Amino acid sequence: MNPFTYSRAEDAGQAITAISSKPQGKFLGGGTNLIDLMKMGVETPNELVDINRLPLTQIEDLPDKRVRIGALARNSDVAEHELIKTRYPMLSQALLSGASPQLRNMATVGGNLLQRTRCYYFYDPAFPACNKRKPGTGCGALDGYNRIHAIFGQSEQCIATHPSDMCVALAALDAIVRVRGSNGEREIAFGDFHRLPGDTPQRDTNLALDELIVAVDLPAMPFAARSHYLKVRDRASYAFALVSVAAALDLGPNKRINDARVALGGVAHKPWRAHTAEKKLIGQDASEKTFHDAAEAELAPAKGYKYNSFKIELAKRSIVQALSIVTAS
Amino acid sequence: MARDSEEPFQSEADGLNEFWILGHPETRRKFIKQVAGTSAAIAIGPSLFGSTPGDQTHSTSPAGTSADSINVHLRINGKSYALDLDPRVTLLDALRERLHLTGSKKGCDHGQCGACTVLVNGRRLNSCLTFAVMHEGDEITTIEGLANGSGLHPMQAAFVEQDGFQCGYCTPGQICSAVALLKENHANSDDEIREWMSGNICRCGAYPNILAAIKEAKAKTGT
Repeated sequence: MNPFTYSRAEDAGQAITAISSKPQGKFLGGGTNLIDLMKMGVETPNELVDINRLPLTQIEDLPDKRVRIGALARNSDVAEHELIKTRYPMLSQALLSGASPQLRNMATVGGNLLQRTRCYYFYDPAFPACNKRKPGTGCGALDGYNRIHAIFGQSEQCIATHPSDMCVALAALDAIVRVRGSNGEREIAFGDFHRLPGDTPQRDTNLALDELIVAVDLPAMPFAARSHYLKVRDRASYAFALVSVAAALDLGPNKRINDARVALGGVAHKPWRAHTAEKKLIGQDASEKTFHDAAEAELAPAKGYKYNSFKIELAKRSIVQALSIVTAS
Repeated sequence: MARDSEEPFQSEADGLNEFWILGHPETRRKFIKQVAGTSAAIAIGPSLFGSTPGDQTHSTSPAGTSADSINVHLRINGKSYALDLDPRVTLLDALRERLHLTGSKKGCDHGQCGACTVLVNGRRLNSCLTFAVMHEGDEITTIEGLANGSGLHPMQAAFVEQDGFQCGYCTPGQICSAVALLKENHANSDDEIREWMSGNICRCGAYPNILAAIKEAKAKTGT
């Protein structure tokens, strides 16, 4: 592991100051992904600023029915919180479907947003080609074993997927990421937080180097109380999603769909908000045919590779199943 | 299981006492000298040296020479320890290699197998994926701290009673994890126990007996 200097910040301002002059420095939260990547030699920070003592662990009920989750709230605490379980069940389910209880006790909400891809070619420096790890070296997955890779929004530079479950639910919920940097605080709409690979796959997010995630705000969305997170994976537990679906439906009389939220995981470089499917759903009756048509429309532009084309049909069926579960709930 | 070798420190372990752990300078120098020697790669693990097969250009700085060591106070099983640690030392390596609390096991060293599970402030976590310096002042409980004197913890007794292991390598992690599981109230059905124990892998496949042990401990302790 690369040597690094360790320091512990007591407040956000101190943490930001400590990191702002250190382009090779990183904030250290739960460490479940960063320390693993440091052991692999993929991440090589020369400075770690431990932010675990910062007072950012709250889960707050804001007056206007929004909920604010502190960036250092642990995944397990968010998943088990009554506000999250009742108002946003798909978020609780998404968190509980990820990793293991031990890892969820360590992993933070802010760190979950910054998880890096589990693409084999990225994660193991023994593979020479990875534009995300070493820009300009090519993409090992493009003509390699690309079973877990993207079917949406990919480029010739990178076909990696975002690994988070939590972020799929946050995408469906239109969450806001609150960040603080040397120039003060700003809000980033969830859809603008993560990036598609384009020509700069080394950049996963639009977070500036000196910016610290301080909280995630969930908007008031009463109909999200009727929501579901469906995760399809190679084994029953403790595995990354091949495809996942976060879905919420606002159903009126006679099961007419007044509003819908659908997001997909395991299919793109960022959590994939299914806007096309949502448009197809709104105004229709909640039925398997409606769900099927919406899924077909969403997946129409999907592009598979040698080993992952199964994801296209799998995503369609998963959308139909998730929406059926929400309707029946 | 080369990384689990306890051999390199056998001679030091013989003379181990709290005075040494608290950092007697002469003994510590001897320790560092030993770490810097040939045994280091086995004792601390090749990953600490940053080299991976196929990536020979990667830097290979030995521990303790290029990053400053940090003074850390750890509370482990009710006892206080002061250690000078390279910040790269994981909590697992501090427990095993510095304090000789070798009950916590190194399996995958990547947070995937759960053999290193310990309780920190009452919550289970993977000690291989967290640096020891992050745990200043935390209350840490390892498998060595569960028993009450010579009386086994009810979960330990249940694992013995139900034969919840074969080779035993994953067992300390399984037991620590199961102790936390009962506290979390996620042991209310067989399926729930299986799901909430999925972070602990048993290579021997003793799962049916592990399940039985957890159910027995739950029944006997009324949790």
